[in-house]
Amino acid sequence: MIDIPDLITAMFVSATVLVYAAAGEVVTERAGVLNLGIEGTMYSGAFVGFTVADHTGSPWVGLVAAIGAGVVAALLMGLLTVTLGVNQHVSGIGTTLLLIALCDFSNRLLYSGASVYIKPFPQLFQHTPIASQYLLTYIGFFVVVPFLAWLLTRTGFGLRIRAVGENPEAADVAGISVARTRYAALLIGGVLMAVGGAFLTLAMVGTFTLNITNGRGWVAIALVIFGRWRIWGAVVGALLFAGIDALQLQLAITDTFAHVPREIMIAAPYVVVIAALAASGRNVAYPGAYLKPYRRL
Amino acid sequence: MIRLVLRSREPRWLAPLLICCAIAITYLLTAGPIRWAGANPMAAYRRYVIWPLTSGDSLGEVLLTSTPLLFTGLAVAIAFRAGFYNIGAEGQFLAGAIAATWAGTTFDGLPAPVAIPFALAAGAVAGALWILVPALLRVGFRIDEVVTTLLLNPVALLCVQGLLNGPWRNPVNQFPESAYIGSGYNFPKIIPGTRVHLGFAVALGLAALAWLVLARTATGLRLRAVGLTSAGARFNGVSVERTMLSSALVSGAIAGMGGVSQVCGLQGQLTGEISAGFGYTGIVVATLAALTPIGVVLVALLLGDIVVGADSASLVLQLPPQMGQVVTATLLLVTVGILVLRRYRPVLSRRRKAAATMARVASREEVLR
Amino acid sequence: MTGEASLAASSAGDVPLVELRAIRKSFGDLVANDGVDLTLRQGEVHALLGENGAGKTTLMRILYGLTRADRGEILIDGAPTTITSPRDAIRNGIGMVTQHFSLVKPMTVTENVMLSGAGLGPIDLGAARKKVLAAADRLGVTIDPDARVGRLSVGEQQRVEILKALYHDCRVLILDEPTAVLVPQDVQALFTTIRRITSQGLGVLFISHKLREVTSVSDRVSVLRRGRVIDTIDATGVEPRHLAELMVGRPTLGVERESAVASVAAARPVLDVAHLTVAGRGRNAVDDVTLQVHAGEIVGIAGVSGNGQRQLVDVLCGIERPADGRVRVDGRDVTGGGPQEMIAAGLGRIHEDRQGTLLTDLSVEQNLVFEHLAEFRRGPFLDRRRMRDYAENVIRRFDIKAQPTDTVASLSGGNVQKVLLARVLTREPKVVVVAQPTRGLDVGAAEYVHRQLLDLRKVGTGVLLVSEDLEELLALCDRLVVLFEGRVTGELAAADATPEGLGLLMTGAAA
Repeated sequence: MIDIPDLITAMFVSATVLVYAAAGEVVTERAGVLNLGIEGTMYSGAFVGFTVADHTGSPWVGLVAAIGAGVVAALLMGLLTVTLGVNQHVSGIGTTLLLIALCDFSNRLLYSGASVYIKPFPQLFQHTPIASQYLLTYIGFFVVVPFLAWLLTRTGFGLRIRAVGENPEAADVAGISVARTRYAALLIGGVLMAVGGAFLTLAMVGTFTLNITNGRGWVAIALVIFGRWRIWGAVVGALLFAGIDALQLQLAITDTFAHVPREIMIAAPYVVVIAALAASGRNVAYPGAYLKPYRRL
Repeated sequence: MIRLVLRSREPRWLAPLLICCAIAITYLLTAGPIRWAGANPMAAYRRYVIWPLTSGDSLGEVLLTSTPLLFTGLAVAIAFRAGFYNIGAEGQFLAGAIAATWAGTTFDGLPAPVAIPFALAAGAVAGALWILVPALLRVGFRIDEVVTTLLLNPVALLCVQGLLNGPWRNPVNQFPESAYIGSGYNFPKIIPGTRVHLGFAVALGLAALAWLVLARTATGLRLRAVGLTSAGARFNGVSVERTMLSSALVSGAIAGMGGVSQVCGLQGQLTGEISAGFGYTGIVVATLAALTPIGVVLVALLLGDIVVGADSASLVLQLPPQMGQVVTATLLLVTVGILVLRRYRPVLSRRRKAAATMARVASREEVLR
Repeated sequence: MTGEASLAASSAGDVPLVELRAIRKSFGDLVANDGVDLTLRQGEVHALLGENGAGKTTLMRILYGLTRADRGEILIDGAPTTITSPRDAIRNGIGMVTQHFSLVKPMTVTENVMLSGAGLGPIDLGAARKKVLAAADRLGVTIDPDARVGRLSVGEQQRVEILKALYHDCRVLILDEPTAVLVPQDVQALFTTIRRITSQGLGVLFISHKLREVTSVSDRVSVLRRGRVIDTIDATGVEPRHLAELMVGRPTLGVERESAVASVAAARPVLDVAHLTVAGRGRNAVDDVTLQVHAGEIVGIAGVSGNGQRQLVDVLCGIERPADGRVRVDGRDVTGGGPQEMIAAGLGRIHEDRQGTLLTDLSVEQNLVFEHLAEFRRGPFLDRRRMRDYAENVIRRFDIKAQPTDTVASLSGGNVQKVLLARVLTREPKVVVVAQPTRGLDVGAAEYVHRQLLDLRKVGTGVLLVSEDLEELLALCDRLVVLFEGRVTGELAAADATPEGLGLLMTGAAA
C-alpha cells in the first residue's frame, strides 16, 4: 500500500522545482510583469546547468552557469517588456520558444542525441526517510522562500516592487525607477526559475532530455495565482501539486487505481487552479499594473 | 542614454524600413549559431528561404507544413483582434484532433461528402468548447484569459495521452496511437503529386472569409473597435462581452479545425505528436502578421518555408533542424521589439549636455558676482 | 526672533527657493510652456492661475521631473539644478501632490508615506508609523497609519499625499488642483494645513483655476495663458475680476445670445428625468434627481466635481444603470437603456471622457459612421464609397482639420471635440447631453463649442450642459440645476443666479 514517508520524500523532491520557479514568478508578477518566458528560462537552466556540469565535472559550476542563463533570459524579457514595452504575452511566448529552440539546437550540436549522465548532486542524510533530500531543496524551502517572503513585505526593496506592480505612476512620483525595479524583479525571478530548471538535470534526473521541463513553467504560473501572489501561498500550492503527483505514482501500482488513467490525475492540478479562479469570481486581485508597460509622458 | 518619445505622426516609409531592419538584425543574430554549427549563414539562409521554392516537390511540402500554422495563426489573430488573448490555440487544436479521431473511428463507414464536413464540424465544436470556460470566465468575471487558456494546453495534451494510453491504444501493435480513421474521412489531395490536402484550401478559404468580415463588414469594424478601445466601443453601443465571447469561440473553432486537418489530411490517426507546438507558433504567425488574415497567410507560408528549408539544411549542411525555430523566434522578438519605433521615436538623452550648460551658466554667474 | 529664523528671513529676501527660467516645452505641435519664468520664495503660497490647457500642470511636472523641458533651467536656492526624475526633485526638497493621486491603494498609509524614502534594505514599520503620526500631528490632522489607502475618503487620501511630501522634509510643496476633488469643509481644512506648512518656512506652489481660492489662500499669483506667464502679482487685495481678465485675456465670456425662447415652460420637455437614483459607494451617487429639459432650452448642471454629475451623465449616455427612477427622451421611456436605445430615442451624447468615448485607434471616418453603421450597409458589406463621401462631407461642414483616414488619437483636443460634436449633431437629436465640453480646450476651440451649443438651442434642440466652469454655465444656460452630494439643492433661472448664491447651493449650505 501507500508508503507515507516515501510519498513525502518524493513530494519534496518534485516540489522543489516548482517552488523555485513559482517563487521567481511571484516576484516578477508582483512587479507587474507576467513572465511567460518562465518555461524557456527553466529549460535553459536545465540545459546549461547540465552541459556545464558535464564539461567541468562539477554540478556546482553547472548551477552557477544555470544562474547565468537565468540572468540572460531575464535581461531579454526586460529589454522587451520594460525597455521597449512590448506586449507581455508575445514577449514571453517568444522568449520561451527562442530559448527552447536554442537549447535543443545546442544539445543536438554538442550531444547529437546521445544520452550522457553526469554525477548529480548527492542527497543529504541518505538513509533517513523524509530528511533525505538535496541541499537545493533545503535551501529552497528554508532559505530562499523565507528570505523572499521577508524581502517582499519587510524591506524597502519589496515595497518598491509592490508599488511598481500596483501603481507605477505612483512609484515614479515617489522617485522610484520603475524600469530599474522591474529589471531587478525579473533578474531575481529569472535566476530562481533557472535554478528550478537546473534542479531537474543536476539533481533529479542527472541527464538532459528533450522537453525535460514538460510544462512545469505553466504549472508555476498557475501556482502563483493559486497562492494569490504570495510566496507562501505558492509554496503550499507547489506542495499540493507535488503531493498529488507523488500520490498518483504510488496509486498507479495499487489495484484500486490501476485502471484510472494517470493522465487524469496529472491534469487535476491545472483543472483545480482554473476551478479556484472560477470560484473566486471577481475577487481575484491581480496586481494593479499586471501586463501594463509603463512609460512616462 | 536613449529615450523613447511618442511620435506625433508615423511616416509612411517607416514600417517597411523597420521590417527590413528586423530581417537584417535577425540575420546577424542567427549567423553566430549557424557558424558555430559549421555552416555558412548565407548558404543556410538560401536553403531556408529560397531552396524550398525551387522545386515542385518541396513547394508542396511548404504548403503542407504551413497548413496547421494557417489555422492556428488565423485563430490567434481573430481572438487577439477582439482583445481576447488566446494563448490556448495549442489545446484547442488538440481538442479538434481528438474530435476528428472520435468521429473517424466511431462512424468510420461514412462516405466522404458526409464524413469530411462532419469531422470539420466536430473539430470546430470541440475547439470552441475547449475555449468556452476561459471565455466565459473572462467575459463574466474578468478573469485573465491568458492564464486560463494557457493552462488548458497541458490538459488537452494529457487528454490525448490518456486516450492513447487507454481506450484508444492501437489494438494491433499496442503502440500509443489511435486506429486509422475511416477512409471517407481522409482529405483528398488537391495538388497532384504532392501531399497538399483539402485542409490547405479550407484554411485559405477561412482566411479569405476572415478578411472579408474584418475589412468589409460592420461586424468586423465592431470587433476591431472592441479590441482596440473597449471602453469606446461600449460607449458606442457595442456589446463588448458578446463580441469578445463570439470571437473567442470562433478562434477556438478555427484552431480545432486545424486539428481535424492534421488528423484527416496528414496522419490518418491520432498520435501524441499530432501538434508540434502549432498553437504556440500560431501566436508567432499572428503577431508577425500584424493580426491581419492576409498577413497570416504570408507569414504561415514563410514559416512553412523555413521549416522545410531547415529539414533540408539538416541533411545537406548538417545544421540541426532546430535552427529553423531559432530563426523564427528571433525574427518574432526582433520584429515586435523594433516595431515599437513606429509609435515612439528614439531620442538621445541630453542629460550630460544639459548639465554641462548649467555648470557653465553657474560659473559665469559666479564671475559676475 | 531667533537667530535661525532671522537668517531664513534674510535669505528669503535674496535668493528664492525655486527659480524657473525660460522654460519651454512642446508636445508635437502644441507648445505647452513658452519661455516661462517663475520664482517661489520661502514661506509663501504662490498660486498658478490659468484656464485648462494654459500649461500650469506641465510646468509643475517639469519642476518635479515628471516631464522634461525642451529648454530652460531650474535654480534651487540659486544654484542651477538638473531635475530629470522625481528622485532628483525629492533630493532637492521638492514634493508634489498630483491631481490624480499617486497612491498605491492596496498598501497602508505608512507604507505609502515611506515609499519614496525607503532604501532597499529592511524597513522599520514601527518607527515609520511613529514618524507618520508625528508628521500628522505637526500638520494638525488625524490619520490611521495602518489603514489601507484604497479605503480612505478622497480628503483623507489627499492628506496622505501631503504627509508623503513632508515626510521627506521637503521645502517646496506643489499642489496640483488640490480642491477639485474636495468637498468645501475639506477645502477649508486644506487651507489651514497650507498655512501651517508655510508658517514652518516651506514654499507652496498651488495650481488652480478658481479665482476665489487663489485670492483667499495665496500670497502671490502668476497667471498663465497659452503657455506664457502673463503677469505675477501680489494676491492681497487683488480684484477677482482683474485676475479673471488676465486669465482669459478678454473681457469675461460675452457670448451673444438671443433672449430665452418666449415660453420655454410651454414647450414640450425633450428630456424628462424623474426621481433618478444611482447607487454609489456609501451613499447614492445620484439621489432622487428630477429635472426637465425643454426644446430650445439650455439647462446647466452646476456642482463641485464628484457630486453625482458623472453618474447622471453616465446613465443618460446609457453606460450605467439607475437603481431607481425614470428617464424619458421626447416622451419615450428609455430607463435603463443602453447606448443604442438612447441614440435611437434622439439623445445626443458628449461625455466628459473624450478619449474613452471615441474609438481613438480607429479613423475619423469610422468614428463618424460608427453609431449608425447599419445605414451604410450594402448587402452584407459596408459601402465604403458612401462612408467616405459622408465623412468628407461632415469634415467639411464642421471644419475638422483631419483626413478621413487619420486616427482620432492623432488629432488635437479641439478637433477631437469637433468630431464628437459632428457625430452627435448630424443625427439631429432632440436633446443633447454634454459634459465638460470645453475642458482642456484652447479659447478658440471653446468658443466654437459654445457657438454650436447656442445654435442647437436656436433650432429647438434641448441641451443639458454639465460643467464645472461657472462662467460657462452662466453665459450659456437658461436655467441652472445645482447638484450637491447627488441631490438637487437648487434650481433657478440663469438670470437670477449669482456666483455667490450658486456657491452656497453647490456646497449644500443653502439647503
